[in-house]
Amino acid sequence: MSTLAADSIALPLDAQQLGELQRAVAGLAPAQLTWVSGYVAGLAAADGGRTAPAAPPGETLTVLYGSQTGNGQTIAERLAERARDQGYATNLVSLADYKPANLKRETLLTLVVSTHGEGDPPDDAELFHEFVLSDRAPKLAKLRYAVLALGDSSYSNFCQTGRDFDTRLAELGGERVQPLVECDLDYEDAAAAWAENVLAELPELLKPAESPLPRLRAVKNVATFDKSNPFPAEVLANQKITAADSSKDVRHIELSLEGSGLRYEPGDSLAVIVHNPPQLVSEFLNELGLDAEEAVTVGSESLPLRQALDEKLEITAANQGFLRAWAGFSGANELSKLVEPGNNAALARFLETHQIIDVVRKYSARISAETFVGSLRKLSPRSYSIASSPAANPDEVHLTVAAVRYEALGRPHWGAASTHLADRVAEGDSVRVFVEPNPRFRLPSDDTPIIMIGPGTGVAPFRAFIEERVERGATGRNWLFFGDRTFRNDFLYQLEWLRHRKNGHLDRLDVAFSRDRGSKVYVQHRLRENARDIYGWLDEGAVIYVCGDAKHMAGDVHDALIEIIAAQAGRNRDDAERRLKELRRAGRYQRDVY
Amino acid sequence: MSANGLSDVERIKAASRRLRGTLAKSLVDPVTGALAEDDTQLSKFHGIYQQDDRDVRSERKRQRLEPAYSFMIRARVPGGVLTPVQWLNMDRIANTYANGTVRLTTRQAIQLHGVIKWRLKETIAAINEGLMDTLAACGDVNRNVMAPPLPQLSALHREVHQHAEALSARLTPATRAYHEIWLDGKKLDSGAAEKEPIYGDTYLPRKFKSTFAIPPQNDVDVYSQDLGFIAISEAGRLAGFNVTVGGGMGMSHGEPDTYPRLADVLGFCAPGDVLEVAEAVVTTQRDFGDRGNRKHARLKYTIEDRGIAWFRDQVTARSGVVLQAPRPFRFVGNGDVYGWQQDDSGLWHYTLFVENGRVADAGGVDLLAGLRAIAGTHTGEFRLTPNQNLIISNVSDDARAPIDALLAEHGIGNTIRASALRLHSMACVGMPTCGLAMAESERYLPALVDRLERLVKANGLEAVPITIRMTGCPNGCARPYIAEIGLVGKGPGRYNLYLGAGFAGERLNSLHLENADEDDIVGALSPLLQDYASSRGDAERFGDFLVRTGVVREVRAGREFHAAARD
Ligand code: SRM
Ligand SMILES: Cc1cc2nc3c(=O)[nH]c(=O)nc-3n(C[C@H](O)[C@H](O)[C@H](O)COP(=O)(O)OP(=O)(O)OC[C@H]3O[C@@H](n4cnc5c(N)ncnc54)[C@H](O)[C@@H]3O)c2cc1C
Ligand SMILES: Cc1cc2nc3c(=O)[nH]c(=O)nc-3n(C[C@H](O)[C@H](O)[C@H](O)COP(=O)(O)O)c2cc1C
Ligand code: SF4
Repeated sequence: MSTLAADSIALPLDAQQLGELQRAVAGLAPAQLTWVSGYVAGLAAADGGRTAPAAPPGETLTVLYGSQTGNGQTIAERLAERARDQGYATNLVSLADYKPANLKRETLLTLVVSTHGEGDPPDDAELFHEFVLSDRAPKLAKLRYAVLALGDSSYSNFCQTGRDFDTRLAELGGERVQPLVECDLDYEDAAAAWAENVLAELPELLKPAESPLPRLRAVKNVATFDKSNPFPAEVLANQKITAADSSKDVRHIELSLEGSGLRYEPGDSLAVIVHNPPQLVSEFLNELGLDAEEAVTVGSESLPLRQALDEKLEITAANQGFLRAWAGFSGANELSKLVEPGNNAALARFLETHQIIDVVRKYSARISAETFVGSLRKLSPRSYSIASSPAANPDEVHLTVAAVRYEALGRPHWGAASTHLADRVAEGDSVRVFVEPNPRFRLPSDDTPIIMIGPGTGVAPFRAFIEERVERGATGRNWLFFGDRTFRNDFLYQLEWLRHRKNGHLDRLDVAFSRDRGSKVYVQHRLRENARDIYGWLDEGAVIYVCGDAKHMAGDVHDALIEIIAAQAGRNRDDAERRLKELRRAGRYQRDVY
Repeated sequence: MSANGLSDVERIKAASRRLRGTLAKSLVDPVTGALAEDDTQLSKFHGIYQQDDRDVRSERKRQRLEPAYSFMIRARVPGGVLTPVQWLNMDRIANTYANGTVRLTTRQAIQLHGVIKWRLKETIAAINEGLMDTLAACGDVNRNVMAPPLPQLSALHREVHQHAEALSARLTPATRAYHEIWLDGKKLDSGAAEKEPIYGDTYLPRKFKSTFAIPPQNDVDVYSQDLGFIAISEAGRLAGFNVTVGGGMGMSHGEPDTYPRLADVLGFCAPGDVLEVAEAVVTTQRDFGDRGNRKHARLKYTIEDRGIAWFRDQVTARSGVVLQAPRPFRFVGNGDVYGWQQDDSGLWHYTLFVENGRVADAGGVDLLAGLRAIAGTHTGEFRLTPNQNLIISNVSDDARAPIDALLAEHGIGNTIRASALRLHSMACVGMPTCGLAMAESERYLPALVDRLERLVKANGLEAVPITIRMTGCPNGCARPYIAEIGLVGKGPGRYNLYLGAGFAGERLNSLHLENADEDDIVGALSPLLQDYASSRGDAERFGDFLVRTGVVREVRAGREFHAAARD
């Protein structure tokens, strides 16, 4: 594994060396570049043993604050302003806006933080605090830091949050450049003295700001992970993002790709290899009266029945082949009829409403373990649209997963992969994954406007799109249509969209909630309401993206788009349909529906 | 503070075009349940507070969902009087648009909680259709005008009440913004064209509260208000009013420059001078109140900083009224008197105990349903008390029995038989709606009183009234600094315990214990109640006893409030 992080790093080359390097690699194809990176990594490894020089001066002073009533914010603002005035690159960030993932890149950091509640962090610091104190916090060998704690000594947990951070950052490998200073209500003098001390140290710790050189991205060379060799990705977060009262359970899953060399682009999917629900495996064993330990053959492998059902075979969604086999085992006429040619509609309806376990329960049969296993398909990986931009989240990949759980025929049912991710992996566990590139679902040039239509989990890739555009400083306008059941409980990533809107990264945001009012409103209704503007955007070269439900949504949206084009351009439906086809061919109407 | 030394709210008011801001736009923004930030300041002037359900605040943040925003709506009820029809309307609105409860406030108004943004406009319209309004229920203006609700002396009461209504009308803002935004009133061409003769462009530096009082009852807590008129009756007639100024409760923990302060008696005025004097007090505060620091902007600090003599001169100069020396009066208590009482005209009034002002159907007491049933037949009035209670007012002899029957049927009849301690308890709203709460209040005080009742009973004090008030933060919405036992939230499960206020609200209490949890509180009160039971003087009040025996120092002025605690 390479020791270089995949994100931008402090540049160790001078301008001439950099130029030479750039000339040397200019024009190389990606595969060649990968080889070169390996070659160079090899050289570096051969040179191993040489100890790294004492931490070089950092480039940026990051001034963080967590503040409820504004005291800490003011202190931080003043410090940042003075550092900037003295010519140091300074980044002032509220903890509410700070990405914990960036922490491992920091070299010099000051943190002003107060304590609230009963020794609790201020609201804006809550999540960061939780992250830093958790096992997920990265090692911080490069970090130097100073913490200023604000508090009130009449509380028993005086300056608790500041203490937490100061201790924890040291534990993670950070080096204090100033001892922790704890301020009481009359914080002004102590805070000013602390800031003076920090400023006095800067010449030692930071390079004075200079004209920035282009930043290089480190490249990795490692064995590639793919379907045949999936990468065990550590689960960094598994967070429900629908409210407690929601009828759905949607998870935001964060996985670590650190060390995998896996790369992806916004628009790609991640395939996940999972285990079946253990309750379901047991139900099969009970229902069929089979011995869990009996050896069965799957492919060329011999293994116990329980294990085969657990991880090798598809035991949730039914399929035609299984029905045909089961019709034979059970002698059930109803089943035999279903799979006869010409009964497609009835078959489709049956498959939609019955999982394999329902068939097994409804039409009893006595069969051997080996025969049963022979009637099942191999468990296939499930795809999830990637919800993160790699630029914004180096070494991570995020998913948005709707847990499939439902009642039918009087019993609980589960989806295999979605409940595996939602219920059966916790932070610290790992999940086997590989990247599924999706070159047909890609952001356009930075200045092109985009219209994103992504109700439900269909919004996932658009989170990646916006993150990516923010990172790139893309100037093209962004318009998102989102929909779900209720505003209050199901507005996936609401806070992020609001933040993007506030920061000018999301120009328009239209939402449709189907269960809030008497009449059901869906994204296609919002599209129609905005017909003129949509057409206007299209005229200006916008690209339209649709992601999510294939069964109803994609078709309804498609129809709405045809109507919009017909009405706005004054054409008939056929013309409009042709126009939409052209847009599709030109890559200006891209879909990723499932 | 912004560059010109004015607080941010001053900027917002100035730019608001008479309180319009971008409210109309905020209401229709479909992607957030909140208003634009500046509009959350302006909405208050319309009687509307943006809040969020704090029980789920951090959970929702994790869920990447915005806070569960909803709105509290405060309807003005001048003097606390409303008709059964108005009550029924509020009850219906509470069940249709809000959280199914009606909250009676410590200032005789009504609050609804949990109205979501998309239904705000309908809700406000419905309130107005029911002939009530919410304008100026909050904000930097004169709020709901209080007046004593219990008319033992019906003629005097009616006269004082008319003064209260006249004062309320005189000090209501003139802006048309309210009608435009909520009632689809016609838009004026330009907001700037309206005159706001009393308030001017930027209204008052801070909230402003006024009340009338009729001795011997100080149920309105006249000393806690910016402006008070104490009715002086001579030979059964209203002779005039003693004017009080500069009361207020709010302070901040750890900021000794902020403190509760009891009002000064400024002088006596004739009934016909009330409006002129009031307007002079308001405009003096408008012109001299601190607009730079909102924690120092109440009238109490203006008076504290410039002196009462200076203030009296301003009032005289502005009103042309020369105040006379105050007339004698005496207050005996600041609580309510429960149950049936007859006024001098022969009509009956039933004061109902509403624990912490929350009218709901819960715990076997169907208060909301019961009052709905009573309102359906009652031909008199409902009156809200400054102690968060409700009076079924103007009941004729023969209407008493049916009302008793309805009270019994809904499990309400016995609530006034609670211990005297509970009947003199009051808690602010606090969690989960109040954005400023640091600790539980309304949801917790009943349980604490359960525990204290055991102590009180053990000492044979269950019939002795002791005032106990709790707030979730030092703002003091339940006027805790004039309770014999005051509990002020500091953090989850932690309170400062203040002791020794006057039973009639005439003396502030003093800090006894800081950061106390329930056991600390009970532990501290236990020996004190025991001593009180065994060695109190004749009819001596708990607060007076604690001061006499030196348990706490007597606080003589608000500015000494913190110093008294230190030594
Ligand atoms: C409902 C009520 C308490 C109750 O349990 O009944 C109440 C509730 C709130 N008060 Fe109050 N205050 C209420 C009477 C009081 C009183 C008592 C009084 O006026 O007699 C006081 C102390 C007197 C005074 O003004 O000094 C009071 C002093 C405050 C303060 C501190 C003001 C100050 O200048 O220090 C605030 C905070 C602020 O204004 O910044 C506040 C703010 C609030 C807010 C609106 C919180 C906010 O600003 O976000 C509370 C809403 C909670 C909720 O969820 O409903 N409330 N508030 C009372 C409504 C009265 C009304 O109908 O108008
Ligand atoms: C390119 C692509 C991208 C995708 N992106 C995402 C994404 O971002 N987020 C996401 O959550 N999913 C996404 N999916 C879908 C995902 O791959 C899975 O199909 C989904 O999570 C269900 O898988 P499972 O293993 O949990 O369910 P399975 O074990 O496959 O079981 C599903 C079974 O349950 C049945 N079923 C489900 N719900 C009901 C119901 N209510 N009533 C009756 N029967 C029901 C189905 O008919 C089926 O038989 C994507 C799919 C593709 C192809
Ligand atoms: C969203 C989605 C829908 C699919 N629908 C069908 C289908 O209707 N019928 C079918 O036979 N296969 C269907 N498949 C299965 C694919 O055809 C199958 O995965 C195939 O291997 C894809 O090949 P490709 O990657 O070359 O497109 C679907 C796959 C996905 C991801
Ligand atoms: S006292 Fe504080 S916690 Fe209680 S309602 Fe008032 S502002 Fe809220």
